[in-house]
Amino acid sequence: MISIEGLSKIFRLNQKQITAVDNLDLTIQDGEIFGVIGYSGAGKSTLIRLLNRLEEPTSGKITIGEQEITALSKDKLRVARQNIGMIFQHFNLLWSRTVSENIAFPLEIAGVSVEEREKRVNELIDLVGLSGRENAYPSQLSGGQKQRVGIARALANNPKVLLCDEATSALDPETTNSILDLLVDINERLGLTIILITHEMHVIRKICNRVAVMENGKIVEKGEVLDVFLKPKQPVTKKFVEQVMGNQDGDLEQLLVDHTTGELVRLHFVGESANQALISNISKEFNIEVNILQGKITQTKLGAYGTLIVQINGEQNEVKNTIHFIKEKTSVEVEVLAHA
Amino acid sequence: MLKELFPNVVLEELIVATGETFYMTLLALVGTVIFGIILGLLLYLTSSENLWENKGLNLIVATIVNIFRAIPFIILILLLIPFTTFLMGTFRGSNAALPALIIGSAPFYARLVEIGLREVDRGVIEAAQSMGAKTKTIIFKVLLPESMPALVSGATVTAIALIGYTAVAGVIGAGGLGDFAYYHGFVRRDFDVVFVCTVLIIIIVFIFQFIGDLITKKLDKR
Repeated sequence: MISIEGLSKIFRLNQKQITAVDNLDLTIQDGEIFGVIGYSGAGKSTLIRLLNRLEEPTSGKITIGEQEITALSKDKLRVARQNIGMIFQHFNLLWSRTVSENIAFPLEIAGVSVEEREKRVNELIDLVGLSGRENAYPSQLSGGQKQRVGIARALANNPKVLLCDEATSALDPETTNSILDLLVDINERLGLTIILITHEMHVIRKICNRVAVMENGKIVEKGEVLDVFLKPKQPVTKKFVEQVMGNQDGDLEQLLVDHTTGELVRLHFVGESANQALISNISKEFNIEVNILQGKITQTKLGAYGTLIVQINGEQNEVKNTIHFIKEKTSVEVEVLAHA
Repeated sequence: MLKELFPNVVLEELIVATGETFYMTLLALVGTVIFGIILGLLLYLTSSENLWENKGLNLIVATIVNIFRAIPFIILILLLIPFTTFLMGTFRGSNAALPALIIGSAPFYARLVEIGLREVDRGVIEAAQSMGAKTKTIIFKVLLPESMPALVSGATVTAIALIGYTAVAGVIGAGGLGDFAYYHGFVRRDFDVVFVCTVLIIIIVFIFQFIGDLITKKLDKR
């Protein structure tokens, strides 16, 4: 378990004080993938760098497992850092070393013997899917391959925690997905706790169990990813959800103008309910026609989530019964937008 | 035909002088690289937001470096005569020129080293720190290897400056092509000797530059 209590970081620039992280409390469970999302300047990057004290906290307490990180001496901190892997937006590989040599670097630091190192490097190269590229230099690799080296390097000393500092922000969408799949894979295989910061809601949606939204050095909202997606409370959270779901209310007015017959309803699918064949069920069950106007269903790590806006045409009673049926018999939430 | 074009050039003497130039340049280069890297690392590490950030020490090292870079070499070599005599027992000859050559060029190389180190990606240093690396490890496994092409090309530039300095060192009788060109050529009004020495120095400069470029290119995997 990672616990953060009253953590603050104040930068002093000339005469100005900038509070990057403001009296922050957070608990992260073992083995979970925890996401921190925020715009640049929100303090998320400072937060993750405080966790292994690449930035010294101004005040507050950080405990990882049994160890109180903020109480460690410089020497003890160095040893503790060997158990906290970190990957970076710009990979930060040594260009003068090959893939194998880069992965071996943390093992050299930890004083692992040459034979052990070789064995471990080979395992890691297999784990991240870089077989055949052992002797390539970073300049010969694509961005995704570089991040794989970064991940292998971060995992070399079998850490319990992996910190990801905007690890996919420099990658194209497809490569991002493959790196995210790899992170999920190692999370499941090694039981590693992953803390990642990002400004992309897509990343949170795809792999995180829980998410915290940061703004001005504070966590303004946190919870299960599905809950946050479903009921974003803060304006900044709503904006992030829109990144993935689109701004549906923007088109709503036009829909209301264009579709004046029947009932216009919005269906919320949460978790398992997204797997039900709702539309075909109601059109068989009732004498109505369902016209799908707009919608998006997306997968999160804990199930599907999404909304559909549909127009239901038919006898007034039938339509009423249909809506009643959805409300009472399924877990899909209904919101009536307009009556004919 | 060579005898007719360069009547005053004695081949044996010329070979000895060339050998002395190589000898002085190479030995001085080794000393310069060692002291220059130490000074350059000090300049870099003590500067702000680096591992040994220390304004006072940085100022002291920078001042020493600047003073020795500011003194023209011809004057430095004369100022150092007592020091050289104390160190080497004499101030004449190729070996006696070495302290002055090293003291004259190490500060110059130190600045080139500092520039090279500044080019090392901060993120990479940070990555090493995040793995729990000691400062020693960061110096020898990150800073120096990652700046190696800059260190080598800096050493090449310094070596070429050193070749010039060895010629100047002729004034204290250091030997080498500069000495030879002056005493055997210019003083005796035998300008063919001056010409041949000049050509040889140019060739030596080209050789150093070529080797330096080759090594730099080989090292640079970026």
